[in-house]
Amino acid sequence: MKRKQFLSFTGKILFLFSTGGIFGSLLKGSKIQSYIDEHPQVVRYALGIQIDKCIGCGNCVVACKIENDVPKDPFYFRTWVERYIIKKNDQVIVQCNEGGAGKLSQDIQEREILRSFFVPKLCNHCDNPPCAQVCPVGATFQTDEGIVLVDSERCIGCSYCIQACPYGARYMHPETHTADKCTLCYHRIKEGKLPACVEVCPTQARVFGDIESKASPLTRLKRMNKIHVLKPELNTEPKVFYTDLDGEVK
Amino acid sequence: MMETAHNELSQLLSQISGYIYPNEIEVHWSILIVVYPYLTGLVAGAFILASLVKVFNITELKPTYRLSLITALSFLLIAPLPLLLHLGHPLRSFEIFLTPNLSSAMAMFGFVYAWYLMVVLLLEIWFDYRVDMINFAKTAKFPMNWFYKVISLFSTDTSPHAIAIDKKVIKFITIIGIPSAFILHGYVGFIFGSIKANPWWSSVLIPIVFLFSAIVSGIALILLLYMIITPSRGIPIDMKCLDKIASFLLYAVIIDFSLEILDFIHRLYESEESIKILTEMVMNKLFISLVVLQVLIGMIVPLSILIIIKLTGFNQELRKLLYFLSAILIQIGIFSTRWNVVLGGQMFSKSLRGLTTYKLEIMGIEGFLSALVLLILPFFILALLIKILPPWKKTEELPI
Amino acid sequence: MNKIPDSIIRIAICFAALLVLVIIARVIIIPAELTDSDIYLASAIEREMAHELSYAGSETCTDCHDEYFEMKAEGYHKKLSCEVCHGAGLAHSTEPDEFTPSAPRDRKFCPVCHTYNPSRPTGFPQINPYAHNPLSPCISCHNPHDPTPPETPSECSACHANIARTLAVSPHVRLECVTCHVTPEEHKSQPRRFRAEKPENREFCSQCHAKGSESLNAPKIDVATHGNNGEKYLCWQCHYPHLPEVD
Repeated sequence: MKRKQFLSFTGKILFLFSTGGIFGSLLKGSKIQSYIDEHPQVVRYALGIQIDKCIGCGNCVVACKIENDVPKDPFYFRTWVERYIIKKNDQVIVQCNEGGAGKLSQDIQEREILRSFFVPKLCNHCDNPPCAQVCPVGATFQTDEGIVLVDSERCIGCSYCIQACPYGARYMHPETHTADKCTLCYHRIKEGKLPACVEVCPTQARVFGDIESKASPLTRLKRMNKIHVLKPELNTEPKVFYTDLDGEVK
Repeated sequence: MMETAHNELSQLLSQISGYIYPNEIEVHWSILIVVYPYLTGLVAGAFILASLVKVFNITELKPTYRLSLITALSFLLIAPLPLLLHLGHPLRSFEIFLTPNLSSAMAMFGFVYAWYLMVVLLLEIWFDYRVDMINFAKTAKFPMNWFYKVISLFSTDTSPHAIAIDKKVIKFITIIGIPSAFILHGYVGFIFGSIKANPWWSSVLIPIVFLFSAIVSGIALILLLYMIITPSRGIPIDMKCLDKIASFLLYAVIIDFSLEILDFIHRLYESEESIKILTEMVMNKLFISLVVLQVLIGMIVPLSILIIIKLTGFNQELRKLLYFLSAILIQIGIFSTRWNVVLGGQMFSKSLRGLTTYKLEIMGIEGFLSALVLLILPFFILALLIKILPPWKKTEELPI
Repeated sequence: MNKIPDSIIRIAICFAALLVLVIIARVIIIPAELTDSDIYLASAIEREMAHELSYAGSETCTDCHDEYFEMKAEGYHKKLSCEVCHGAGLAHSTEPDEFTPSAPRDRKFCPVCHTYNPSRPTGFPQINPYAHNPLSPCISCHNPHDPTPPETPSECSACHANIARTLAVSPHVRLECVTCHVTPEEHKSQPRRFRAEKPENREFCSQCHAKGSESLNAPKIDVATHGNNGEKYLCWQCHYPHLPEVD
């Protein structure tokens, strides 16, 4: 009698626990799901640029113009590549022929050069964007993913944002008469592709990634290199992270 | 359209010295953006002169009171035009009222302008002219009598009590009008002064310098208008009034000049990173407009003339001539000030390594002729307003 | 005297009428799309996302052309995306028969990356396009999907062109690279894994530059006392050996 009672008692307890456990885990699972639905994982896109890898080929400039229908004239660039030549007499020469897609001049002699390198530049998609701060109608704004965009149907073409950008990343589109700039190929990255400039960089000098992610090429870049941004003293909190950036680059 | 833009910009390529960011070759804020602060400056300055009569009871300036008000109105009505002509999409400009970005100084424009026009200027003019408008409604011929009836809002009370109320209201409006005028023009200075990306503009002093140069130009404008209109009415110039205007002009010029010297000394002393390229820009691209026109001809020469007059006291005819000359030089100087601020800020690269050029077109919506028309239009409106709302009393019964 | 003056009442009526008009316009007439930031920002984002793509991305190419992907995977061009050389390819990937991507088969394209320029980083293979096998298309010797050179370069200048040209105008022009840099043979095929060495003591340069050495043209110094702090620094920590200069 005692064993039977004991066994039945234990069985009941086990049953209770197991059903309770299954039920509880089902409940918890659905709670997790609704939590995930209400709190989608935060993503913040940014770009890394490794100066020592850039060969100044200009493929990024050309691809950006093709992908984004940027006017072909050399007065409008969403991204460009500057060439710095620091001579032994401390003179600094900066060149940017057709945004970096043009021919590289060959007239500097090696014996005069102290340091020389290429610096790709683009909109920094700042986290404290001075352009969004000054737009009178709120046409330029930052998305949840950290990309700064321009609403070309709202923009009135006052050029205030172009004056406020410390990096010269913006231009007035000659056909739409609205402000225009790099969107980090928003239409591509939302489909899981890379921005066009990153896609065509032959040396992987440009690194695209999610800085919120614990495992992305950009996170590794920020771990393994000394990072610099352009004009940090202006507190724009830019999200283009340069490695090996020289102090002469403004 | 694209072709001409391409050609214009290609021509600029050869004018670049040093290195500029590729997008910087196009100068975005053109002469129209120079004209706009010049116009609103005249508005603010003229209003301040008028306020001296009502708030500080400087009775010598009474002959210019109404003239100042309607001058301010004429220039205020034209002021939005350069902005509209400059916008890429002027038809969307109403968005500033619908969805103003509250962190943007430029978004203030619509509201500040509307406030100043409606609550300050039009209201003050209405209360000051109310009795005159009633009388004109009685004496004018059709259709003007109906015009006066409408703009007087069908008011008929000309009793001393009502007139006393008018005076009280005017004083009250003028008191809130002074800070309103400061904001109307000061926010333009803030638009430039708050741009940290631009070391030529980014300065605490710019709104203040703008304001005082506005006061200088406004007072000088009224001086010129008074000296031109009064003799054309066949009336002798009231020298007490003229001397008083010139006194206030002198005080304003002294303050303005001190502020500009302070800015200059401060920049040279701190010698920040941008000093080299800015010095190069001033000596190469802005030499005539800044050193010659703004400082020498526009500030030092008139200042010296006014001081000398104050100290030695010339005869009436010589004073009139010198005042006139000074006022014209001051207008040139203040216009150059606006030019140097707006265009100077765009002629050097934010890379601090190069300079570009501004090529002023003659034709075109943002060209020289366009700016000239905008500068002349207010005078036509002023002529019209002088006819409809005469600033000076014609009979003894009408109070000023 | 509590009566509000007549003039003020008239003005107040005017302003009230204006205010009512403004309120009606703002609240009733103007549609929400123009004023609600959630709506118009969302529509701006949608319009941005609706832009057409031109580049497909190299992962798209591998769907049909994975043999080239495999060929590329181990070679020097393994990180090079297909569309760098073949141009924007989305049109081809959606309509393969309608649009054919281009393939550079002349000498115009490869030099965009591989022409020598002193600003390019050292170690990147660079050639003088006028002198290097003139007139032959690049692909006649180099398979673009696996561009290992047909012969291992005998000269270091193939990848270190800047250093070679600097050396060529310096007093050290007669020195072979391997004189100072002991280099394992594997460096030519796996340059990052097997590195060349630099001299690690002052005695190395003393072979030519010490007083009493047999070298005829090298300037001679007293090695023991030369330079600040005597023995503390290696020679190349002050003198750039590829173009040694003195004050």
